[in-house]
Amino acid sequence: MELIKELPEVFEDFAEQRKNSFLAVKELKDQGVPVVGVFCTYLPQEIPAAMGAAVVGLCSTSDETIPEAEKELPRNLCPLIKSSYGFAKTDKCPFFYFSDLIVGETTCDGKKKMYEQLGEFKPVHVMELPNSQSEDGLQMYKNEIIRFQKVLEEKFGITITEEDIRRATHLRNEERKALKAFYELMKLDPAPMKGQDLFQILYGSTFKFDKEKVVSEINAIREKVESEYKEGKCLDKRPRILVTGSPVAGGAMKVVKAIEDNGGVVVAFENCGGARSIEALVDEDAPDIYQALASRYLSLGCSCMSPNPNRYRLMGELIEDYKADAVVDVVLQACHTYNVETMGIKKYVKEQYGIPYMSLETDYSTGDIGQLNTRMAAFIEML
Amino acid sequence: MLYSLGIDSGSTTTKGVLYDGKNVLRMEMIPTTACPQQSIRQIYEALWSENVGYTVTTGYGRELLTEADKKVTEITCHARGAAFLNPGIGAVVDIGGQDSKAILLDRDLNVIDFLMNDKCAAGTGRFVEVMMRTLERPVAEMDDFVAGCKPLNISSMCTVFAESEIVSLLAKGENPGDIALGVIHSVCRRTAIFAQRLKLEGDIFFSGGLSRFRIFSEVLEQYLNRPVYTSPAAQYAGALGAAVIGYRKLI
Repeated sequence: MELIKELPEVFEDFAEQRKNSFLAVKELKDQGVPVVGVFCTYLPQEIPAAMGAAVVGLCSTSDETIPEAEKELPRNLCPLIKSSYGFAKTDKCPFFYFSDLIVGETTCDGKKKMYEQLGEFKPVHVMELPNSQSEDGLQMYKNEIIRFQKVLEEKFGITITEEDIRRATHLRNEERKALKAFYELMKLDPAPMKGQDLFQILYGSTFKFDKEKVVSEINAIREKVESEYKEGKCLDKRPRILVTGSPVAGGAMKVVKAIEDNGGVVVAFENCGGARSIEALVDEDAPDIYQALASRYLSLGCSCMSPNPNRYRLMGELIEDYKADAVVDVVLQACHTYNVETMGIKKYVKEQYGIPYMSLETDYSTGDIGQLNTRMAAFIEML
Repeated sequence: MLYSLGIDSGSTTTKGVLYDGKNVLRMEMIPTTACPQQSIRQIYEALWSENVGYTVTTGYGRELLTEADKKVTEITCHARGAAFLNPGIGAVVDIGGQDSKAILLDRDLNVIDFLMNDKCAAGTGRFVEVMMRTLERPVAEMDDFVAGCKPLNISSMCTVFAESEIVSLLAKGENPGDIALGVIHSVCRRTAIFAQRLKLEGDIFFSGGLSRFRIFSEVLEQYLNRPVYTSPAAQYAGALGAAVIGYRKLI
């Protein structure tokens, strides 16, 4: 069996995508294309996409701007929130700089209070996200989506038609299907690639603005990996780990790296950027497209929902489908909702699936890498 | 006759154990210097002979010995070492120089779950060391120093804050022995709360540098509410575990 040593160049292309898009976003802006900056997986991207806007993710994952943020925000706050606020304040991130409108949601306490402050010096619109996935909540979120559309129409002096939305919805669904078909390659045992490389593709795709092109590129990568696998290119047999919890892009990627440096392979990501934000499709043919959007987005299983049954459901499916040997729950420091939820998740994983579980709290710094390696190595020795 | 060699490169001390598959032949311990690579080499050279067929390193500096045949984490090694010293246990609590861990074992003495403390000296050997320095007493005299004392409440978890708390207590004229016992209670209480996040079952083996003081086992037993065992070799549990793992590779 031949082991993968060098990945196709296109992996590099996706890995570098966030940086490359800095220029792309400026070009779009020069052409008069509006730029909408977003934070959260709950945001229905179809609405800004329907008006032809470029949608960019603003969740920041580097500790570079945290000292700047800590001049105003409390230290004991989630690094994602601090980093994002720091980038907004310093305008070090071109996506913040070029965003005509920044959209947040009332998700966790830290974020929604940060948006209030962000609104003091940036154009911010906050969508009101319900705390639970009830019938009333769904109605409310549907109204919020309609209100968001009106905000965009007023701000940019345009009209968004239902046809625009349906077209954007179809395109996003195609992208989701392509991404899902790609990460489903990780069902193979031994795995065809490292979780780190898989994640770079998923993350990079969110910074590509031509979605039709993304679909064909992702399909091409999938076919390439598939055919190389048939020729025997794959990883050695390793313990298969499911990663769940807070986002792991950027600074928190060190956890995935520690797992894979110490002999494991991450086969599934039950988090934002991974299956949680990609798996579900919007019902394109629903008579009421707003209802369809609201029910797809509100059903996402983030710990800011109470209760949060859909996270458990998706995790269970992923454990079974990807034959996970263990679960690692990543909690960004001071992320109370994921931190408290570790109790329920641990019980669920151990009792329902009888596999080992570990949770760990971390941030974007490199200070705990030594300890992380020890923890992950010991966890994998245990399997 | 082939031996295995286990070396535990900890943050405070470096330990080595030479093992013949049945008995511990030699145990060595030296302080870990600012150059841990040198300390691990010193132990290796002191214990190595042509009879050594397999060397396993563990602890923070486990990557630092090029001659090592295998590197294993201190979690697995402590569990294996503790189980060797006391095969009837269900869990291990280790308080090391810069971290503490709780390890849960199954009936076959395999690791089934573990916890490590945060990246902070609170509740570790370092915490005790700093406090004893503030009290101007050698750590080695701990047991005699606190004999017959009444523990004062030390509420700060942070090593730096706790130190200033001790300075204030001294300024109030409190008995240093009572303060020291308060520190011991603080460490044990914190360790017990932390360890009980695992569903501890059966007897507990206490390892790490602090295990050589009787008082720590006694106080830990109170807070954990279950029997705590230790052994004169408990500080070598990591190195011993490494040697036991290494010996299995030989046969």
